[in-house]
Amino acid sequence: MTDLLPLMAAKYNYWIYTILMMTGLYAMIAKNNLVKKIIGMNIFQTAIILFYVSIAYKTGGTLPIIMEGGHGGGHGAINAADYINPLPHTLMLTAIVVSVATMGVALALAIKVYRQYGTLEEDDINHQIRTQAGQ
Amino acid sequence: MRLLALIAVILTGGLIIFQTGAFPDFGDANAPANTYLSTYYLEHGQADTHAPNIVTSVLADYRGYDTMFETTVVFAAGLACFFLLRRKKVPGGEPRIYRHMPTGITLRIADGGKLPAEDSEVFRRLDTEFVPQQLIIKNTCRIVIPFIQIFALYVIAHGHYSPGGGFQGGVLLAASIILYAISHDLRRAIRRFSEKTAALMGSLGVLIYAGTGALCLLMGANFLNYKALAPLLGVDAVMARSHGILIVEIGVAFAVMAMIIWIYYNLSSAGKHDEGL
Amino acid sequence: MTHHFPALLIIVPLLSALIVSAMGWINRRWCFPLAVAALSGALAISVGLLTQVMATGPIAYKMAGWSPPIGITYVIDYLNAPILVVILAVALLNLIAAKTWIEKDFSEKIGAYLALYLLFLSGMVGIVSTGDAFNLYVLLEIGSLTGYALIGLGKERAPLSSLNYLFMGTIGASFYLLGIGYIYIATGTLNMADIASMIPQLAESSTLFLALIICMAGLFVKMALFPMHGWLPNAYSNAPSASAGLIAPLTTKVMIYAMVRLGLTVFTPQFTFSRGMLSEAIVWVAVAAIIAGSLLALMQRRLSRMLTYIIVAEVGYMVGGFWLGNEAGVTGATLHIINDAAMTLTLFLAVSAITWKLGSDKFEDLQGLFGKMPFTMMGFVIAALAVIGIPPTCGFFSKWYLITAGINAGQWAFVGALLFSSLTNAVLFFRIFEIAFFEPFATGHGHHDHGPTFSEAPLTMVVPLIVAAISLIALGLYSGDIVTKLIQLAIPAGIA
Repeated sequence: MTDLLPLMAAKYNYWIYTILMMTGLYAMIAKNNLVKKIIGMNIFQTAIILFYVSIAYKTGGTLPIIMEGGHGGGHGAINAADYINPLPHTLMLTAIVVSVATMGVALALAIKVYRQYGTLEEDDINHQIRTQAGQ
Repeated sequence: MRLLALIAVILTGGLIIFQTGAFPDFGDANAPANTYLSTYYLEHGQADTHAPNIVTSVLADYRGYDTMFETTVVFAAGLACFFLLRRKKVPGGEPRIYRHMPTGITLRIADGGKLPAEDSEVFRRLDTEFVPQQLIIKNTCRIVIPFIQIFALYVIAHGHYSPGGGFQGGVLLAASIILYAISHDLRRAIRRFSEKTAALMGSLGVLIYAGTGALCLLMGANFLNYKALAPLLGVDAVMARSHGILIVEIGVAFAVMAMIIWIYYNLSSAGKHDEGL
Repeated sequence: MTHHFPALLIIVPLLSALIVSAMGWINRRWCFPLAVAALSGALAISVGLLTQVMATGPIAYKMAGWSPPIGITYVIDYLNAPILVVILAVALLNLIAAKTWIEKDFSEKIGAYLALYLLFLSGMVGIVSTGDAFNLYVLLEIGSLTGYALIGLGKERAPLSSLNYLFMGTIGASFYLLGIGYIYIATGTLNMADIASMIPQLAESSTLFLALIICMAGLFVKMALFPMHGWLPNAYSNAPSASAGLIAPLTTKVMIYAMVRLGLTVFTPQFTFSRGMLSEAIVWVAVAAIIAGSLLALMQRRLSRMLTYIIVAEVGYMVGGFWLGNEAGVTGATLHIINDAAMTLTLFLAVSAITWKLGSDKFEDLQGLFGKMPFTMMGFVIAALAVIGIPPTCGFFSKWYLITAGINAGQWAFVGALLFSSLTNAVLFFRIFEIAFFEPFATGHGHHDHGPTFSEAPLTMVVPLIVAAISLIALGLYSGDIVTKLIQLAIPAGIA
């Protein structure tokens, strides 16, 4: 147990993202309200975004906007260790857009469900479906 | 069900956390992820695309193809919300509420009753869930909105040099219209920026992106290789890449702005475009 | 221009989707012809690519002109060239068959519907042809998002089913994204070929092994492998008929392709099949999927619901075959992707035609259907024989490979499950033939005592159905060629 603490301190980013991700996943599985599920889905996706962004970090690194060198210059003058990794940030821009788009479609579907059943509680909806099938 | 979910989630989380022991430390500059490709981008990005913001150069050039589909995702979401929700005629019909402005009397007109003209100044239409409009909020928004829009244009145009670009700028533009819709009402926002405009502008935005790519193809280079645009723009290959990035960012801004507004229209009024925030 | 084919394959559906969506606001009459023209063009390009690959070997295309690890590459090889042709052919046939449905259900929103249809397709085509692991995720989301919308405007419980599909689909895609993140942590790259070249040095890496598990788990959710199959039957059976014929044949099959691609090209077979425990466990899950899918199909009283459970069982065939990890298994799984897409299309086209005429697909309404709709039922019978696995049709050949693989691997449970499933399928379909062949019994009212009158579905529905049915036999007759000239060349060395 004595090695666990330094391990946690060095890799705390992974712990945080995992806990967030599992919170979201739990909400998606266990919550009864459809909008709460959508919120869970968003937490879940955000956790993965956090994971990617955290692996891009370099201690002491700054934003990947090159300060020195002009047009065409700067070969060799740029020290890659001074800047954080741009690739995961680019990828996550895509993931953020995807999560916003998914959320939009999910809310649209939730509105349709509400219009049809008059409720967003899954129990009530299932009850309505069962009574309809029983008739 | 809840207990089962809790157990499953804890097991999965435990497995993932257990594995992190083998991962590089937080902030480790020598991790494989931070040394291989990223070094290339950082060292060559500015020379290749003349954009000091490496995120922009990776986004719109090295991995520009991903970004084209990213824009398409937003477009698809806008279309999907429209397709799922939009209703032309509300079945059953709902009463409408009007206020006679000179006297301040509120009228409730049932479905089928005679309605005043849509842009009448004497009778003003109110939402069924009426909230008195706040003078301060309305006027503050009226003053703030132009500044938001100017800032949005700055964010789009300055994406090469600072954090920003088409997505961020497009969202800001959309936010300004949404702010207008919230502070006034949805119908007036739609009169300024109609549904058809949104739909066509979204298509146009993605078309600018994909069309730039296709133009490169017609000029004999690979898809989205902006270098091929150099003769058209009258600049050298590196500047052509830089200009190419700007062109596609503008396309992205168009698409994102139009689609976010369209999604807002459909979600806030549940597809009626008649009443809502 | 021919060397731009890999890019054009995506650009044609994408650009036409934008134009169709704009046309929906300008002149609605142009939407449908434009969509058909775009799909025909894309199909022609994919056939061109197939012949190129067969003549000169795999083609790589650098997007934006950047070489592989830096930029995004598209790779068309022996594995995906035939699948691309099948995807586009399925989409074109279904679009023509769905013309009357689209005009009836979505006349006002035809522009949006067809644009979503084409975007869905560009997503599917992109997943199959991309050579970049992250690009696959973006395209996966395009295919899924449009899929939710195409399903969401269907019958009865469609919005709820579609929302549940969205939840499961997002979990699946996010797990895939997380897996790619783990690969990226271990290797620092996203290009599939580049990852594969680093695998031998990292063969002992537990991070990479977890990445494999997470990616596969994500794809299993998306392809509805048995315990995670809950979303599929509701989503597919409540979907509008026009969308069901597109999504049911393509989505699960493309996900299985992604699994094969990841297993063979990204992780390399040596690594993928190196942990015997994992392969064994997945084969057992597949066995459960086959048996459960078949049993649940037996319990259904509606044709389209029955078919969705058959899809669940078929997913088990392909997953099991692939994870047996021997040559016959991988060949069988890949061949079955093609065959199953064609079979599912034919079945769903038949159901769509039946629903069009009868307004229902409940078993009790099918009486006398052979006399009423002989051409539709002919197509249905051929497809049913293919699903059961009767020799001249294509279903027999892929099943043959799968059973051989099971025997070679000594995995008797898998062989047993396959035989059991064939038997159940035979029972399922002969039960329907029986209902549909015998004329309705005269009831007390004397209402039904005359024979059924000929009343076939419109020509636009029947012709694509017949074409699809004939293709099932053609695929069967040429399956030897498909295997020796394409699939066997696609399987990398290192598979026993």
